Amino acid sequence: MSMRGRLTTVLVLFLVGVGLVVLSVATFLKPGTPGGVTDFTKSQAAGQPVHVLAQTVGSIGFGAHPTWVSYMVMNPTTHKWVQDTTWKLPAHSKIDMTIEQFDSGSPLRNQEWGQIQGTVGHSMQLNGKTVSVYNSFTGTGVGHTFAIPTLGVSVPLVGVNGNDTLCGEAPCSTKMPHNEITFSFETQGAGSYPWQCFVPCGLGFLYGNGGPMSTQNYMGGFLEVVNT
Amino acid sequence: MSANENPMTGEVNHLRRIATIWVVISVVADLLFWFLVGPHMAPGRLTSTAKSDQLDINVLMVIAMPVMILIWVFLGYSIRTWSAKREGVPEPVGGEAARGNRKVQVGWIVITSVTVLLLAGFGTLALITDHGSGGGEGPNPIFTPNGATAAETAALTTGDSWSPGKVLVVQVIAQQWKFTYRYPGFGGFETSQLVLPTDTTIAFNVTSLDVIHSFWAYQLGVKADANPQLNNVAFTDTKQPGDFVVRCSELCGLWHGAMFDYGRVVSQSAFSTWASGTETANATNTSDLAPFAYTYVPDANGAAGGYYIDGGVTPYSKSELYGAKS
Repeated sequence: MSMRGRLTTVLVLFLVGVGLVVLSVATFLKPGTPGGVTDFTKSQAAGQPVHVLAQTVGSIGFGAHPTWVSYMVMNPTTHKWVQDTTWKLPAHSKIDMTIEQFDSGSPLRNQEWGQIQGTVGHSMQLNGKTVSVYNSFTGTGVGHTFAIPTLGVSVPLVGVNGNDTLCGEAPCSTKMPHNEITFSFETQGAGSYPWQCFVPCGLGFLYGNGGPMSTQNYMGGFLEVVNT
Repeated sequence: MSANENPMTGEVNHLRRIATIWVVISVVADLLFWFLVGPHMAPGRLTSTAKSDQLDINVLMVIAMPVMILIWVFLGYSIRTWSAKREGVPEPVGGEAARGNRKVQVGWIVITSVTVLLLAGFGTLALITDHGSGGGEGPNPIFTPNGATAAETAALTTGDSWSPGKVLVVQVIAQQWKFTYRYPGFGGFETSQLVLPTDTTIAFNVTSLDVIHSFWAYQLGVKADANPQLNNVAFTDTKQPGDFVVRCSELCGLWHGAMFDYGRVVSQSAFSTWASGTETANATNTSDLAPFAYTYVPDANGAAGGYYIDGGVTPYSKSELYGAKS
C-alpha cells in the first residue's frame, strides 16, 4: 500500500475511534427521559403553603421505558400531569404534599423506612387516617417511599392490593385502586436537595436499585429550592 | 577560605555545602510544620483514631519534607553552580566522574531503606496500639480493645443496656443510598442519626443490605467497607464533643454523591438522654424490625423482601399477602 493509502487508512480509523468514543459518552450522558423543571414558586401567594400533587405508578406506560415505575407530578400552572422529578420550591416554606399511590406493596427491605420522619408532626395521613409508623409486614405493604435525606424526610407510600386490577399507564385516574398519602414538610435555605424512593422497586435489576431507581425522572430527583 | 573549601587544594566541597543548606532548611521547616501546622492537620482530634491519624500524617510530613527539600536544594544548587551557561565552567564531558559514585549510591539505598522500614514499623505499632487505627478489621478483629468482645457478644445475646464505661456497640447499615444506625444497647432501635458519647470506646459493626458501600466518618478517623452479609468491625475512642461528617466512599450508584449525613459526639449524659428518648419514641417501629444481628440477608430480587438475620426464613408469602407485584 502506498504511503498515501496508509495515511488515509490511519486517519479513517482514528476518526472512527473518535466517533465511537463521542457516541459512547453521549449515550451515557443522555437522560432516560427528557424532563424539565416543574415550578411551584408562583403557584401560591407569598407566605402560603405550597401544594404539590404527585402520583406513583407501577408502570409509566409511555416513553423509553413504559414498564418502569415512576413518579408523576401535577404542573400547578397547566394542571397537567408531567414526568418531572425536579421541582422548584420556595425556600423556608411549608410544602403540603399529596401523593396518590397506585402501585402494589411489599415488605420493606429495611423497616426503618416504615417510620414517618421529618414531616410536620412526624406523621402522615393515609386515606385520611393519621399514621406515624407503618408495619410493612402487615396489610398491603409499602410500594415506595418519598424521602429527602438532607431534610430528614422519609414517608412510606403504602401499596394497594396487588391482586386488584391496577393502573398500568400514567397518569392514573383516581377511580383506579390507590392510596392517598398527605403530609407536610418545610424547606430550608436555597440549594439543591435530592429526593428519592428507598424501596428497591427497579424489578429485574440488581438488588432492585437499577433502572428506574437509577434514572432521573423516574424514582428520584431534586428539589431546587430558591429564594423568592 | 571558607569552611567548605579544601585547605590543600582550595577546591570547594560542594557536598558539604549542599548538606549544610539542606540540614538548616529541613530543621527549620520541620519545626515550623510540627508546632504551627501539625496541631491543625486533618482529621482533627475528635477521637483516638483521629488523633492517631493526625500524628501519622505529621510524622510522615516531618520525614518526607527533608527528602523533598534535599531534591530541591540539590536541583537549585546544581543549576546555580554547574550551569553550562556560566562563563568559565567547562561543558560536561562524561568519563569516570559521570559513572556514578559507589558511596553515594550505597548511602542512598541504605538511607531510603531505613526510612521506609522505620515508617513501616511506626505504622504497625500505631495499628496495634490503637486497635486497628479506625480501619475495618473484618468480622474477627485482631486488635480488640478491652471489653469489646464482651459488648459484642452481649449485644447479640442479651441486649445488655449500655452504661458509661462500657464499650458502645453501634451497627452501621448501608443501603442504596443512606446509612442507618442500630443501637443494640438500647433495645436495638434503628435511626438515621449517628450520636455518640464522649470518652467511650465505640465498636462500629458495618454491613450492607445491597451493594458494597464504605462507611467513612472522616473526623472520627474511622473508615470501614460495608459489604453485604459481612460484618466489618472498626473501633475508636471518642475524646471530645463535636460534629462529624459521614460519607460513603465507595461508588455505589446514582445517588452515591448524596449518601452522606452528619453525626455528633456529645456528653455521656446527653447521649443517654438522647438514646433513651429515641428508644422510647421508636419503640413501635423497633418491634417491627428484624431482630438485631450482625449481618442480614436481604431479598436480592428487588422490592419484595425485608432483611433477615443469617439463616432466617422469609416470614411471609408475598403472593398471598400482597398479591403479584405489577
